[in-house]
Amino acid sequence: MDALHEFCLRMGDNTLVLGHRVSEWCGHSPVLEEDIALANTALDLIGQTQMWLGLAAEIEGQGRTADDLAFLRDAWDFRNLLLVELPNGDFGQTMMRQFLFDTWHHAMLTALAGSSDDRVVAIAAKAVKEASYHLERSAGTVIGLGDGTAESHARMQAALDLLYPYYGEMFAADATDTALAAAGIAPLPESLRASCDVRLRQVTEEATLTLPASSFAHSGGKTGARHTENLGHILTQMQWLQRAYPGATW
Amino acid sequence: MVAPRPDPVEIWAWLDAVPDPEIPVISVVDLGIVRDVAWDDGVLTVTITPTYSGCPATSLIATEIESALRAKGIDRLRIDRRIFPPWTTDWLTEKGRARLESYGIAPPRAAGGPERCPRCGGSDLERISQFGSTPCKAQWRCRDCLEPFDYFKCI
Ligand SMILES: [Zn+2]
Repeated sequence: MDALHEFCLRMGDNTLVLGHRVSEWCGHSPVLEEDIALANTALDLIGQTQMWLGLAAEIEGQGRTADDLAFLRDAWDFRNLLLVELPNGDFGQTMMRQFLFDTWHHAMLTALAGSSDDRVVAIAAKAVKEASYHLERSAGTVIGLGDGTAESHARMQAALDLLYPYYGEMFAADATDTALAAAGIAPLPESLRASCDVRLRQVTEEATLTLPASSFAHSGGKTGARHTENLGHILTQMQWLQRAYPGATW
Repeated sequence: MVAPRPDPVEIWAWLDAVPDPEIPVISVVDLGIVRDVAWDDGVLTVTITPTYSGCPATSLIATEIESALRAKGIDRLRIDRRIFPPWTTDWLTEKGRARLESYGIAPPRAAGGPERCPRCGGSDLERISQFGSTPCKAQWRCRDCLEPFDYFKCI
């Protein structure tokens, strides 16, 4: 089914691009415990990528593997949300991005664990366990830093102001989403919005942060129509080895 | 001549001697990674499941299982990976839990945290981080003996 193939690319590209972004922190975090937590989060996300892109490759049926899809597609073939390709910024911005993503990701995986497609259920049931730990940590960190010092509060508010316009894309539907919802494979994205909004309000309130008034949302990542310039820069790093030395293995 | 086929019960016992590469005091069976052992038309199929989806030890575990079984003379062998139902710490064996604790890693508990310090048995504990040296562990500290320790977190 074409819609399911597209959906697997979207899920897998989200975890691939965010996993790569988070891994950029390896060895650079403010404290050792956070470095370890970020590295483990990145590892979970890359593991989930193998499952989603593996299923995408299987549905595609052209003999490609998850690795081929990750390392040999170009920017216009990527289907990740704009949010996950944005630069890390400071630690607070990275954690705010993670929290916004985790909020949606956890809700999406929970819904997918009840999918009509067994392969989707298997991936989601495994990934949601990991996503619960990601969400617990990112929400806790947003609260700790938002309700922290004047400096950390200001940085978290700036991060929220910067990233909130990228929150809405997670809940926007297109023909792929409608087809999948009709087949009972995936939820309509907007059906996840209410519960995500509740969590977002709860956490930002406890973090003493103010949600921006405008609900304007950038779009174009998950459809592949309009990525930011950041994606190409990520790919030059992530795909360099396979591009320079095609077929290289360990 | 048809080679004798070892009984799956015996094969489970062999697998119980294959150490987890990251926590060598417990076996891959203790960890609940081996889900099934079955003969299928003369081919032994061992079904394994990853702990965390990105756990780098998973492929190493498959290799170690394979070489352990080949050393026992099984040469027609297939390792299947299964992700559903997802791995859970409920699958840790009692033997595995006891060994974890004597090794210095507090075993998982439904309550979401360790029962006691694996070093001194103290109960005044605090969580440092929900993430630790491997995907399956969290970092805790004992306020009685002041030592940090690993906790095998519930999933
Ligand atoms: Zn102690």
